[in-house]
Amino acid sequence: MNNLYFAVLGEIATFAPLILFFNKNKFRVMNNYELMVILTPVLSEDEFKAAQKKYTDFLTENGGTVTHSNPWGLKSLAYPIQKKTTALYWVLEYSASSDFNEKLKIQFLRDDQVLRHMITSLDKYAVEYNAKKRSGVPTGNEKAAEA
Amino acid sequence: MAKSNEIKYLTAIKQEKTKKKFCRFKKYGIRYIDYKDVEFLKKFINEQGKLLPRRLTGNSLKYQRKVSDAVKKARQMALLPYVTDLFK
Repeated sequence: MNNLYFAVLGEIATFAPLILFFNKNKFRVMNNYELMVILTPVLSEDEFKAAQKKYTDFLTENGGTVTHSNPWGLKSLAYPIQKKTTALYWVLEYSASSDFNEKLKIQFLRDDQVLRHMITSLDKYAVEYNAKKRSGVPTGNEKAAEA
Repeated sequence: MAKSNEIKYLTAIKQEKTKKKFCRFKKYGIRYIDYKDVEFLKKFINEQGKLLPRRLTGNSLKYQRKVSDAVKKARQMALLPYVTDLFK
């Protein structure tokens, strides 16, 4: 009985590094997220693009992929944020591993161009909805709007 | 003797039958409520920007929760106001 126990223990010990290796690389689960950032309106067109590029590069460095990037541009806010009544909006859909968002949050909090940000995790219906909306196919929500 | 037009009823006579409310999300098979779609969310808030109750909109609990989540997200991102007057 004891012998068997040690044999099993030894087996786990030899395979442990291998399991860890796989966990780190192969079985990394990618989730779909949507990011909305509100940037200060004082940015020029180029600065706005540079800010977008900075964060998409940060995403790809960390093994994420961009699904769709949609800069809304200048929009008036429903209420003032930091005494500003207009701001630049940017929406990014991406897929990344779940530990990436914490890193991204730190970047946003350090950046004083960013007034506010929000990350939403998307379920399969949300992904479907966004894909339909992008390609201009009716999403089904219009019917309910009439009712 | 009382005339027929003077007769008062103890119980109110039934008026026209009110239309039964329904959950529009269930009826039309909507599974996701977008917080970015402000025009759509406006249907579920009143003039002060408050959420309408389920008893008025007819939403099922599952979708009322999703509507409220979407409205709250839109408020955070300054797409909808927290408080206003004469909204819409």
